Amino acid sequence: MTGPTPTRALRRTGAAVAAVAALALASACTGSTSGGANDDPNAETTITFWHGWSAPSEIKAIQGNIDAFEKAHPNIHVKAVSNITDDKINQALRAGGPNAPDVVSSFTTDNVGEFCGSRAFVDLSSFMKKSGIDAASTFPAPQLAYTQFEGNQCTLPLLSDAYGLYYNKKSFADAGISAPPRTMSELKADALKLTKTKGDGYAQLGFMPNYHGYESVVSHFAAMWSPTYFNDDGTSNVAKDPGLKAMYLWQKDLVDSLGGYQRLERYRNTFGDEFGSKNPFMTGQVAMAIDGEWRGGMIDDSDSDVDYGVAPFPVPDDQAAQYGKGYISGTVIGIASTSKKQNAAWELVRYLTTDTKAVVDFANVIHNVPSTQDSLASSDVDQNPAFQEFIKIAQNQDSNTTPSSPNGGAYQLTLQNVGYDYESGKNTDLQGALDKAAEQIDADIAQSQ
Amino acid sequence: MTSTSLAARRRRDALRTLAFLSPWLLGTGLFFLYPLVSTAYFSVMRYDGFAPPRFTGLRNWEFVFQSYPFFWPAMRNTVWLVLVVVTLRMLVGLAIGMLVIRVKRGGGLFRTLYYAPYLAPPVAGTLAFVFLLNPGTGPVNVILGHLGLPQPGWFNDPAWSKPALTLLALWGIGDLMVIFMAALLDVPREQYEAAELDGAGAFNRFRFVTVPHLRPILVFAAVTGVIAMMQYYTEPFVAGLVASGQIGGSGQQVEPGYPAGSTLTLPQLVYNLGFQRFDIGAACVIALVLFVLSMLFAVLLMRRGSGFLAED
Repeated sequence: MTGPTPTRALRRTGAAVAAVAALALASACTGSTSGGANDDPNAETTITFWHGWSAPSEIKAIQGNIDAFEKAHPNIHVKAVSNITDDKINQALRAGGPNAPDVVSSFTTDNVGEFCGSRAFVDLSSFMKKSGIDAASTFPAPQLAYTQFEGNQCTLPLLSDAYGLYYNKKSFADAGISAPPRTMSELKADALKLTKTKGDGYAQLGFMPNYHGYESVVSHFAAMWSPTYFNDDGTSNVAKDPGLKAMYLWQKDLVDSLGGYQRLERYRNTFGDEFGSKNPFMTGQVAMAIDGEWRGGMIDDSDSDVDYGVAPFPVPDDQAAQYGKGYISGTVIGIASTSKKQNAAWELVRYLTTDTKAVVDFANVIHNVPSTQDSLASSDVDQNPAFQEFIKIAQNQDSNTTPSSPNGGAYQLTLQNVGYDYESGKNTDLQGALDKAAEQIDADIAQSQ
Repeated sequence: MTSTSLAARRRRDALRTLAFLSPWLLGTGLFFLYPLVSTAYFSVMRYDGFAPPRFTGLRNWEFVFQSYPFFWPAMRNTVWLVLVVVTLRMLVGLAIGMLVIRVKRGGGLFRTLYYAPYLAPPVAGTLAFVFLLNPGTGPVNVILGHLGLPQPGWFNDPAWSKPALTLLALWGIGDLMVIFMAALLDVPREQYEAAELDGAGAFNRFRFVTVPHLRPILVFAAVTGVIAMMQYYTEPFVAGLVASGQIGGSGQQVEPGYPAGSTLTLPQLVYNLGFQRFDIGAACVIALVLFVLSMLFAVLLMRRGSGFLAED
């Protein structure tokens, strides 16, 4: 038997290598940011509005607002496109072209820094000034914080999310607990009282503290300590912020007290989908949960018979006076810098974000918190006591959010990873992990410049 | 023939050759050389799709190799998957191929049963596996529990997530089974008979008759397997996302490679950096790393395996 000659083998090798080389990827994007606000808002025109809502009731609700807008502005027609993700938004804004959106909304406040910093969205300050809108008096402070980056107000809030504590009233009564916890010590005590073990698992867990436990993520917990994530010069402050460190220590203590990470993880793996009817709070698997205002609407609309109450999430023991605050996030809306119809687009953005009736009606239908001062104070807002708790959290002056960053939510991911390693015991040196996280955040931001 | 007419004829021949080659040249230029050169170009630029590209030297390379925390875990995972999944898929594909051609009755049924999973969409197959292997409620662990056996965390345990992905890859073994089956049926029977007369046992017949005939197929399976693992995206991404319970979150950051980065692969980083963070320069660095790795594996396999030709 003889093999191929070396030359032939080399030739074949070369051919195969060339074929494999097709793996090499390239992205020669040629996005354009040319646009302008020179269009006549009174001219007959059609603008394209991308949004992320996808459920039939949500689409019906936003379409209701669009219909009302078109009635008030008969010359502006709106072509709404639903179920849009941030990936699609980012790619379309770079690609530009006639099918690119004029108005864009996003559920991810994390990306506002990128949207503003890259000039993907236009700065709305001049539009607001022209329309006589004072942002500071129109919108609550946290909502203004997460819709701008370094003074560039490139988005506005379109409804908000506030986070609080859901608790199972029956479980509380069974455990002899008369009121929801107000401090972290009380939360721990109640969580332990409410926990019923079964074998090496649980028949009921008082509270799921693990960072994969749906909304129990670092940023939502950390808001109760009101951390300062960045210094004035834009560098990371996470290694020095006492609140952030305290939060990690509190969570780890709770994890260990409730049976340890592995045991809790095994129990977490029995949970149903967060946004389905098998959500662990809705099935009674957990007696308390940190969650957003939408959960109440979901429970009310589902077959779940859980008798629930809502309260602000507990605060650290040394900040008892700030009880009532919470983490605030929400949907943002802006105008694509590639849009040739920015004045018409602004009319839609202005209507959706500042018209009190539009904001309140939309908020009531999709169970979100209104996002302007007037709409929060409106008597037309859903008066359900549970929902009203979230209104109060949104109005609380100590409520806060995660600040925008030039590279989006990358720093939150870094902090979340610190949490995963610390709660699981993979890393026991918390300060060392935070020091490294700070370095990582600074390196990521430098890379994005 | 005059030298002028000879030169004219050579020119005509050259043009004709070029005309015949032009589709290949065009395709190679557009879909290979241009992307490759662009990738190398952008790997030394800062480019976010909005501002014009800006030369930053080796900054992207330094970032990826020294500061980007997901690169080395993804590299280790990719190498693990190349070595384990490709090897096991070849061994199991060959074993099933050999078994199926021996089945006298109902061979068609077995071929269909083994091939059908390969036709399942990757997302659907992955979702099914995540639910089957759910550590708490999945039927696999329920059965293991009844048998008194350990119940792994599968896609929720960093130590078991890659073996779970390997099981998923072996479930879809149908493509290799068919190729190996066809190659096995092509081995001349008389060579087996001759070997048997010479006193060769089953193992030696396999080693000295089957394997030499299968060599080009083995090299093909290895090269395409390596390429597939270098492009491995959908299954680990979906498995990590579903197992972590992060689908449909209200805008929170999604943990890459859940659990603990154990399902992170290099193509996921290319997408994340290039099309989510729009750090196209850093994404191009990883694309080039993938290219070099693919080349190394391909060269190694081609040279060790003597190309796509069977031994005489």
